[in-house]
Amino acid sequence: MSETDPVAAFRVEAGEVLEQVEQGLLDLGHRLDDHDLIDAVFRGLHTLKGSGAMFGFDALASFTHHCETAFDRVRKNLTPATPQLIAVILSAQDHMRALIDGDGTERKAEGDAILAKLQAALDGAPAPTPAPAPAEQGWRLSLRLPPEAMQNGINPLTLLDELRTLGDCRVVARTEQVPLLGDLVPTHCMIGWDVELRGAVAKADIEDVFIFVMDDMDLQIEQIGPALCDDARNAAAAPAPFASPSPSASPSATTPASLPAPIDDSRPANAQEPAAAPNGRGAPKTGESVRVPAERLDLLMDRVGELVIVQSRLSQLAHSSAADVALHSISEEIERLASELRDTVMVLRMVPVATLFGRFRRLVHDIARDTGKTIELSTDGETTEVDKTVIERLADPLIHLIRNACDHGVEHPEQRLAAGKPVAGHVRLSARQEGGEVVITIRDDGHGIDRDRVRAKAESHGLIQPAQVVSDQELLQMIFHPGFSTAPQITSLSGRGVGMDVVKRTIESLRGTIDVESVLGQGSTVSLRIPLTLAIIDGLLIRVGDGRYVIPLGVVEECIELSLEEDLRSRGRSFITLRDRLVPFVRLREMFVTGTKPSVHQKIVIIATGTERVGLVVDQIIGSHQTVIKPMSPVHCNVPTFAGATILGDGGVALILDVVQLVALGQHQEERLRAVA
Amino acid sequence: MTMEETSQTEWDEDGWLEVLTFDLQTEKFAVEAVLVREILDLLPETVVPGADRLVASVANFRGKIIPIADLRLAFGLPFADSTMDSRIVVVELDVDGVQTQIGIRTDKVHEVTTLHRDASEPPPTVGLRWRRDYIRELVRTPQGVIVLANLARIFDPLLGGRGTTPVLAPALL
Repeated sequence: MSETDPVAAFRVEAGEVLEQVEQGLLDLGHRLDDHDLIDAVFRGLHTLKGSGAMFGFDALASFTHHCETAFDRVRKNLTPATPQLIAVILSAQDHMRALIDGDGTERKAEGDAILAKLQAALDGAPAPTPAPAPAEQGWRLSLRLPPEAMQNGINPLTLLDELRTLGDCRVVARTEQVPLLGDLVPTHCMIGWDVELRGAVAKADIEDVFIFVMDDMDLQIEQIGPALCDDARNAAAAPAPFASPSPSASPSATTPASLPAPIDDSRPANAQEPAAAPNGRGAPKTGESVRVPAERLDLLMDRVGELVIVQSRLSQLAHSSAADVALHSISEEIERLASELRDTVMVLRMVPVATLFGRFRRLVHDIARDTGKTIELSTDGETTEVDKTVIERLADPLIHLIRNACDHGVEHPEQRLAAGKPVAGHVRLSARQEGGEVVITIRDDGHGIDRDRVRAKAESHGLIQPAQVVSDQELLQMIFHPGFSTAPQITSLSGRGVGMDVVKRTIESLRGTIDVESVLGQGSTVSLRIPLTLAIIDGLLIRVGDGRYVIPLGVVEECIELSLEEDLRSRGRSFITLRDRLVPFVRLREMFVTGTKPSVHQKIVIIATGTERVGLVVDQIIGSHQTVIKPMSPVHCNVPTFAGATILGDGGVALILDVVQLVALGQHQEERLRAVA
Repeated sequence: MTMEETSQTEWDEDGWLEVLTFDLQTEKFAVEAVLVREILDLLPETVVPGADRLVASVANFRGKIIPIADLRLAFGLPFADSTMDSRIVVVELDVDGVQTQIGIRTDKVHEVTTLHRDASEPPPTVGLRWRRDYIRELVRTPQGVIVLANLARIFDPLLGGRGTTPVLAPALL
């Protein structure tokens, strides 16, 4: 379990690097001559190539190499960054992603086509600045192979010969590590080399020479020439001098250096590589950070949950035994620590939504290109933090909503001009925290939702009767019905009417809600309200018969008394009148077949999801309860009424009611009632 | 049926199998010792309304919610109140790669012992009140016959084969 699969680790990491490169490219589209961005993109490509080769993704390495070379030219001011070039590299990104995900051997033709375009983009661009004088350029290399390199079939001389093909070389052997003759193992390579390589050689070409031995060897590449040059601009455009290496730019130089020179077995060294590499590379951006598998955090969360439960038992004990003051104070101390620990662990799982929002810029960019619209995406509140599992499950619904906004919402430029709007459509994605919830809104300034069309469609689907009066909100919620789409034409992006219902279901499974506002001609706003975490909810603890249950507090509207007379009167009809509306109710005691007598003071808990309300008759309301949600065992997965379980202060178990299921049940009952009436 | 292959242990080369033996009413049962995680005193249980009667309740086992199974139902044995000897045997089954813990209510736990293949027989086709596929082997010992239960098969309808196989033969319920 704890052993991480190096290839999987590489995929995760490569995915992140690709994302960074993509962000860099998109930014670069606006600021074509930003050298920092160019460098960042180059470093990302370089990392991909290097680590791709390290983990056996040869197709990726060789493909990326070409993109890297292209960007290297940009970086050295040999070629200007052009929108065409950026577009080609963006499309190359998708190809790289495919190569990372699969073996990609059959995609060779696709890759070649992209490379051809890349070459065209490079050739088409005029060379603005002359190349720096070649005599100025060169590299100083210091290399040392692991002692058993020769046993593994590596011939250092061929490596040196290969270096010589790159340019004029001066090779000096370093013999200080060669032991006395008595201690010398003839098959060990104890000699190191210093090489001075003159000429305009790309660093990547030098590294290519060592591509197969890079993991184990000690290689330092230092630039001579431009580093000595006083021209500040030239220096900025040139590869970073080794004196201030960026770990991502030279993984080959940093990682092996941290390994001790003699390695008994090269395998363990390889196995450690993926674990060490992400930390090293993630570090410069995010400060000190550690990458931890999510399962370990879950495990930690479980342990903390147990601790909190045991602690509450201890504090019950301390309070009941009136005697011991010392026990009392210890118990209080532990209580404080446990609650702090829980808060700390909760925070560990939180991830800023920026990780999610970043992906959408590309999405909007592509949609704008495919549809011929001009769309700008702006985001704010990226620092809002949400539980990691929530983030992961939000991605698909958000993609769909943004597609909808771009495809259905924002109009074509000519329509926009005719409507007196700016040519560029605007989609705004924002996140903010409100209490225990995060609110994500997607706002577009398109033509809004046409109520008449929605109504016509709903009527044709038989969702509402022609003369039926429905509120505006109810009408807008119609778009979440399965198979409902008002787009006149079906495009590749959206309009097939699949998705909005899936969006709604996903959001509801996250215990969230979805609201739509729309002004015809001015645009629509979709707001998602989602709890910050799935691990803990505020719940209402209730008793039904002998069992205790938790109702998520977020859906509880109110609690009212069900007096004995009323209970008897409502025998024939299971609904009550609440503020001029009929609310059906379910007697949980009957539903759960408790076989107990009803309590004298029964209560009705009114729960609501969206516009539907249902009352739940319970025996007693115990109070609110901070609920750590535990999943039900797989053997209970066919019991739909419960969303999970939680452990109470006394160590007992309370089941958490699945409100959506209960409401569905209540509706079913209501329909039966109507049919009878 | 992947579950069966992974969680059932076979007789070793010499024909031995390590098991934990326990009583359900008057019958002596055994489960493979490698599946057993822990033996506990009875836990406070919470009834799950609507759940299958075989696993009608859950309990808090070290902060995890585990189902408590009553195998007496699977073998059509009469109910009886728990006694001082009643214990819960926590077993761990592999369900599609996920380790799932289940507590089994027993009337008495005996010992970890080894059974030999030569003393075992497949369940007979006649003279058996129980579903044959719930039994791996019947093993003769000096103290009487031990029923080596096929846990994977008993829980399979609840875990994987939902809706396809009847959970229990109606006659047994």
